[in-house]
This record gives sequence, structure tokens and C-alpha cells, in this order.
Amino acid sequence: MDRKNTLKEKYDVLVVGAGPGGLAAAKGAREAGAESVLILERDSRAGGILNQCVHDGFGIIRYRQQLTGPEYALKAEKEAEQSGVELLLGCHVLRIDRRGDDAPDEPLVVTAICAEGLMKIEAGAVILATGCRERTRGAIAIPGSRPAGVFTAGVVQNLVNIRNIMPGREVVILGSGDVGMIMARRLSLEGADVKAVIEVLPEPAGLSRNVSQCLYDYNIPIFCSHTVSRIIGKGRLAAVEISEIDEEMKPIRGTERIIECDTLVLSVGLIPENEVAQTVGVELDEKTNGMMTDRYLETNIPGVFACGNARRIMDLADFVSEQGELAGKNAVARLRNNGMKAWDETRTSSMAKGFPEEGVVTCTLCPTGCQVRYNEDLGEYEGNKCKRGAAFAEQERVAPQRILTTTVRLSDGGLLPVRSVSPVHKEKLPEMIRELDRITLETPVKCGDEIMRFEDEKKSCGTIVAAADSDNS
Amino acid sequence: MRTSKDVVIIGGGGVGCAVARELSQYKLNIVVLEKECDVAGGISGRNSAVVHAGFNNAAGSLMASLCVEGNEGFEKLCGQLDVPYRKTGKILVAFDDEDMETLRRTIEQGRRNGCKGLRIIDEEELRRIVPGVEGIGGMYSPETGIFDPFLYCVALAENALENGVDFRFNSEVISIGRSDADRFIVKTSAGEEYRCRYLINCAGLSSDRVSSMAGVTGYTIFPCRGEYFILDKVAEQLLPMPVYPAPKKGIGGLGVHLTPTSAGNIIIGPSAEYISQIDDLSCTREVMGGLFEQAKALLPAIERKYIIGSYAGIRPKLAPPDEGGYRDFVIKEEEARPGLINLIGIESPGLTASIPIARMVRSIIEEKTPLEKKENFVPERRGPVRFRELNEEDQARLISEDPEYGEIICRCQKVTKREIRDAIENPLGAQSISAIKYRAWATTGRCNGGYCLTRIVDMLVREYGINSEKITYRSAGSELFRGRVK
Repeated sequence: MDRKNTLKEKYDVLVVGAGPGGLAAAKGAREAGAESVLILERDSRAGGILNQCVHDGFGIIRYRQQLTGPEYALKAEKEAEQSGVELLLGCHVLRIDRRGDDAPDEPLVVTAICAEGLMKIEAGAVILATGCRERTRGAIAIPGSRPAGVFTAGVVQNLVNIRNIMPGREVVILGSGDVGMIMARRLSLEGADVKAVIEVLPEPAGLSRNVSQCLYDYNIPIFCSHTVSRIIGKGRLAAVEISEIDEEMKPIRGTERIIECDTLVLSVGLIPENEVAQTVGVELDEKTNGMMTDRYLETNIPGVFACGNARRIMDLADFVSEQGELAGKNAVARLRNNGMKAWDETRTSSMAKGFPEEGVVTCTLCPTGCQVRYNEDLGEYEGNKCKRGAAFAEQERVAPQRILTTTVRLSDGGLLPVRSVSPVHKEKLPEMIRELDRITLETPVKCGDEIMRFEDEKKSCGTIVAAADSDNS
Repeated sequence: MRTSKDVVIIGGGGVGCAVARELSQYKLNIVVLEKECDVAGGISGRNSAVVHAGFNNAAGSLMASLCVEGNEGFEKLCGQLDVPYRKTGKILVAFDDEDMETLRRTIEQGRRNGCKGLRIIDEEELRRIVPGVEGIGGMYSPETGIFDPFLYCVALAENALENGVDFRFNSEVISIGRSDADRFIVKTSAGEEYRCRYLINCAGLSSDRVSSMAGVTGYTIFPCRGEYFILDKVAEQLLPMPVYPAPKKGIGGLGVHLTPTSAGNIIIGPSAEYISQIDDLSCTREVMGGLFEQAKALLPAIERKYIIGSYAGIRPKLAPPDEGGYRDFVIKEEEARPGLINLIGIESPGLTASIPIARMVRSIIEEKTPLEKKENFVPERRGPVRFRELNEEDQARLISEDPEYGEIICRCQKVTKREIRDAIENPLGAQSISAIKYRAWATTGRCNGGYCLTRIVDMLVREYGINSEKITYRSAGSELFRGRVK
């Protein structure tokens, strides 16, 4: 079927990108009364980067549930669908042209290509939910040779969780952002030797819950105030040289040491994706490259809104969705000359970052990462912002538990994200993952299908379910 | 395996490919032996990508005359072979009176070499031609241009291939012997053996070693490394043409300069540092620290955040470190070893001069062996479509012809799936990610392949049935992956 022919010539709101921000923006626009809303997504499925984030930790704020990335994506996609949004996949936006200065009510024109052809679609408002890309080796200019085996964390995540390709066996990770730490754990669980995480800052850059459950849980050392000062190897990476750094972030001579490894994973920051934004002249922040907006998430180009990581890098998908939804509502408000609602910037940065405190438990039930301590005098836990924090700390003292997240082989050669319905004993994780590695699932599989059931004496049973639909489901 | 050839060309860089293409006009049986997995794997793929005018080289030298001749024919050649080329002109910038004096001498030298249109410009004209460039004046060269050196080598090689030349990759020459019948016996690391009448040494950084193997010692190549930064696609706003500093005496290069690329990026560099290894392509903290500032002195508008990559190239210099500067190209048949044609010390402007160099090789052969032209020689070569360069009507038409033109695989450079397929199925049969990179220009953008690498790999694995463990970045030993996860 020619999908192009089913499209309208004009939409009230057109959203670029079907990650959490775009899906929520489209839903928000529909809920605010937009007649027609279209999302253009260049990938072959909706969900954006969430599809490769097979770990849990999503949705606690938005859905009050502990979800994996693909589950969160599926939920967000279903919500958008149910609200009556049209979604065109495999469609790459090339350009947006603004309405003329002398004709402020003319629609914006979006030029895009897909397998069915090149098309021009008019829109009353456009929401840019284009997400972000990773800072690269090129951008941070690490000295040394240019062998194979240097990847950004997102590429590694894609290879390991989606393409079923192992990038390497002996790994050093530069940067302790959340993606880097999450990949440290993921690679460890898949049998790689993660030798070190190197961080230029004096403290880890990501959430302290990730320091706790990705590095501490797996005994992965972190070298703070260090950097990779040289890349060594001809064909394939052979080693990296790490050095301590001074206040100006320059490597200190004499502190070099060599770590042999075949893979260097870079988790050195995310940069808002702004190529489409630039075609229509959206003003960018000098420092962050993010799109500048007013409090209502509208850019300097009337009718063009921005949300999520394309605007400013955010810690949680939950916040991205929330902001997307508001951008969608405001876009409609603008079309109808109604009042827009301001985005509250302060809400999104309440999570604990850096090293967890000594002698305390970092609660990993939600991204807040409460630092929970047992007060012996009072005989109770303190530092937890909710009751569940105390229970978590108590459990952590007796028998720590984690949600199991991994992938399982599919009969078509691909991988399917899976999870345990409830937390399982932490020390059992490697064994359970090895058990799951033995099976091959016949496709199709639907999200939520039971895959396997582990039972132990304490009745803390782990039912393993599919955390995504297989491709052909 | 033993094969008999009329001509064996060692080295698939710009010069080797040009010689192959030149000789492919004649009824000769030719093979090119290349140690890497593709053409342009050495010097030819690691430079400033400038078509030089020829004013920089000593009057009377081969460098000067071949460069001027090469420059004259370059535009037509690139048209014939479908290679991106643009005659941009070039500016040499003066910062003081001494520089201005040097530039007057440069013009004088250029005129003697036969360069056209060179002239001194004052500060006002400098600002007009290249707004944003510092300096008190300069020299303008209208005949200088920019081109894509990878596609140049690929196009020459593909054209030679179509005209019957055989290309053998991953074939390092490991020994050269001599048979009774005055033929060379060339053995390669791929276990093959070639016998030939003419042996043409286009081995670049290894040309001294190859010459020794063939029995002629006495040449020494001094590797001299140059490091570069690649900037994002800001050339259109900031840099209409290459901008160089006025030449300084004694350095082994042209000084750190800025060049727009045919893809719209800016490259800055190179440094000049004699090193001991011919394959040490490292970038160093020391050089990287100063390179950017030197370029910024010429064009203050560039910013560090524009940097998207770095690389290094190595000049195959005949001039030793204590001498510096340039020694002329060696292009000759060795009397001690008739049939051995050495091309040694072909550094800049070797790519510009590559066709005239190839013609010289042809006339050396022709003096001894009458050459007969092929009736069916095809001088033109058409490369795959570059979608991003087309207008919307043509883009729409292409997508209707092949839906794979409607799928963008490389987001930064807007490379479509069909173009990736064309690159994977390249006529030379080069197999590596870099082969795809240089043909389709994927992975070269600001995300360094973050978006397209996994998609390209997915095509190779799913559509071409290639085991992911066998996928290399460049030649053997640069395997990208370590098997399946599960």
C-alpha cells in the first residue's frame, strides 16, 4: 500500500520524531483538540532510543511502574495511537520551510522522503522531538591511532541489545554518564571483562542509583579525575593509556598507565540533534547546541516548538514525555490563540548524582536515588522520601533484589528484550541470565508473554516475560 | 598461483591507479598489487585534498612541471571520471612585509613554472575574497581547486578495471626476483606469483623498500607525518576556498592551512613531523594542542566545537630531516634493472601530478616497447548517484525508480540505502567499512557513524550474509566485532 496516498495535505500539528517526546507531544496535541496530528519517524519503529534500553528504571514517575525501555516505548506508542495520531515510519525529514513574514497565518511546510517518494506536508504547528546524538571521539579529540574497537555507548547498546553483536571482550569505558554505566553492567552480564570506568570529573556524572546498581553491583572500578590520554593499536584497539588530569582537565605527565583492552566505549555526553531545526532557522544555545525556546516551549520561529533532549538533555524519559505532552498542548493553544502553559524547569533535577554516600543504601526503586541510612538510636531508616525506601533498604541489608533485564535469542536470529515481573535475588542474576541464554524463542512473541519461570525456596519467584513485541508480531 | 603479466604495478594509491588507467589504453596485460584492502589506503587518502596550481615548487623541477600539467587537465579528467571537483581558487595570506616579499617571489616562481593568473592582493581584496580571514594582504591563485581524493583513486581504478586491469587487494609484495628471461618474479602475501616485463614501483612510503627488493638500493624514504582536524560542515558560511599561510623556509610542508572539502567540511592542518615508522598514523597530544590555534590565527571564526574528527597522513619524503624542504620526484627506469620503473618521493603535489606522472611512465615504456592502442578503450566512468547533490525533482524521480533512495542510512551526510548498496557492491570488490565510507561518504559526518554504522552492519549481515566477525574497519586485523552476544 502506498502510505503516502493515505496522508492528508495538511495537519494541525506535525511532530518530527517518535521517541518518548514526540509520542507524548502528538498525544498532547490530540487531547488538546487538534483535528489532525502526524508523527514522522525515520526509524522502522516508534520508541526512539528506548528500544535499545532493555534495562528497567523507566516510567516510575509517569506510569508509577518499573518499566524497561521497550515497555515504556510500547505504552507511549499505544497511548498516541489511541488518541488518534497518525504515525509514518521510515520517513526522514529533510527540511522545514517557514511561513512568510508577510503571511503569518500560512502553514509551515515540511519536506520529507520515504520509500514512497518525496513529499511536502503543510502543518499549522511543528513540534521538533528529534532527540540527541552522542559526543564522539572525533569531537573530544583523544590522541592516538584510529583502530577498530572504539565505539560510543549508544552504538554498543544497539549492537548488544538489538543486533546481537558483541563489540569486544575486554572493555574500558570513558565517561560515567548513565548510558556508560548502564553499558558497563550490560557488557558484564554478557560476559565481557569491564576493566574500568574513567571519568574526568571528581565524581561520577550519572545518577547515583546507576553507580550503585551498575558499577558497585559488578565490582567495576571507577577512576575519577582521570581521562583516556591515548588510544593504542593498529588494526584493532590494543590498549588505552589513562592519566590523571589537572584542574584544566589536562593529563598530568608521569601519571600515565596502560590498560590493555580491545574495546573503548565512549559515554562522554549527549548533544541535542538539531539538523532539522537549523533548516528552518531555529535559534540554538551557543553552549549546548539545544534549541532555544520560551517558557511555553516555542522556538524563535512562530509555530515551531521543541521538546525533550532536542531542547535540553534530560535525565529521564518520564520528563521528556511530560514536556512533549505540554509542547503538544501548547502548539494547539497557539493555533487557537488560547493561553499556553509554562514549563516548570525546576522539576526535573531532583535526582541524586555522583557517588552514593558511605555506609548508606542508595534506593534504586526510582531515579531519585534516596540515600537511606539506618538510625540505630531511633531504630528506623532515614533519608528516604517515601515508605518504600525503608523497605528497600531493609531488603538490601538482608537479601538485595533487582529486576532482571536481558535479551533472549529469537528463532530469526534477532534478540528479544525480557524482564522479570518482580525483583529477584541479586546474586542469582548471572545464573538466571545464563539459563535464559540457552533458549531460543519461536517468533512471534508479544510483550508480556511468559518466557520462563524461576522458582526458589523463598517463593520469591521470578517470572520472566517478554518486554517487547518481536518484529513480526 | 603463477600468472604472467606485461606490467605489474605495486601500489594502489593515486599514482598507481593513474598509471594503471593510463596504460589500460594499450594492449597490455596489467595487474595492480595493493597491500591494503582498497585503493587510496595510504598517502592518497590522507592529505588536504587540494588540486595544486604548481607555484610552490622549484622552477625546472619535475614537481613543478608535472603539477602545472596535471592542474590543466584536472577539471576535464574529473568530469570524465565523475569525481567531485571544484575550481575554488586559493589564497596565501601574508601577515607582514616579509611575507609579502615571499609571496612576490612565489608569484615569480609560479610564472616561471607556467602557473596562470597569480597575483598579489591587498588587504581590502583579501577581505572581499575570503571574508573573515586575517592578514595584511596575500596572493591569489585562480587555478587551484578542491576534489575528493578517495573517489579520484576509486574512479581511476574502476576505469582501469573496466579497461581490463586486474586489481589484487590484501596483496603485499614480499619478494621480487629475476628470471633468466629478464622478467621479474613478484611474490605476494596472498600467496600469488606474478612474472612481468615491467615492474612499476608506486609503493609510496614503501617505495624505497620495494626498490631494494627489486635490486636497486640507495633510496631512503623519510616519513614525515602531518596531523589534521576535520570540522563540521561550516565551509559554506566560513571558507569559500583553501587559505594557506605564506610559505616559510625549511619546513617539510606548506604550513597549517584551512581547506574546504567537496562535502562542505573544513579540514585544518597539517603539521610536519619526521617520524621513524611509515605506519604510525597516530595523532599526538602535542600537535593537537597547537594545530587548532594556528588555524584560528588565519580564520578566527572557527570554534573548537566544530571539530568532528582528526586524522594523520604521512609524506614520503626524500629530503632527510636535517635538510628539510623538498627533493624532486624520482621517476625513471633503473639502468641497473631494466624494466624496473621507480616512482619515489611522490609527495605533494603527487595527486595533482598523477596523470602527467602516468604519462611519463607510459613514454618510458614506449621508448623500448611499441605500444598498441586498444580500439575499445572506454575513457569515461560514471560513479553511483550522489543523492544529496540532486535537486528535489531528481530526488523524487530516483525514489520512484528505486524506493531505497527514499531511505536515509547516514543522517549526517544524507546517504541513502541505495548508495550504501552501490558502495557495498563496488566494482573493485573492496570489502571493508572504510570502502563503503569513502565511496558513499557514510560515517564521515558529525556523529562519526553513530547512526549509520549499525544500519550498514545490519545490511551486511542480513542482506549479504556476511558473518559480523568478518567485518573489518580497514584491512585484515581491524575486525570491528567479537562474535554474537548469544
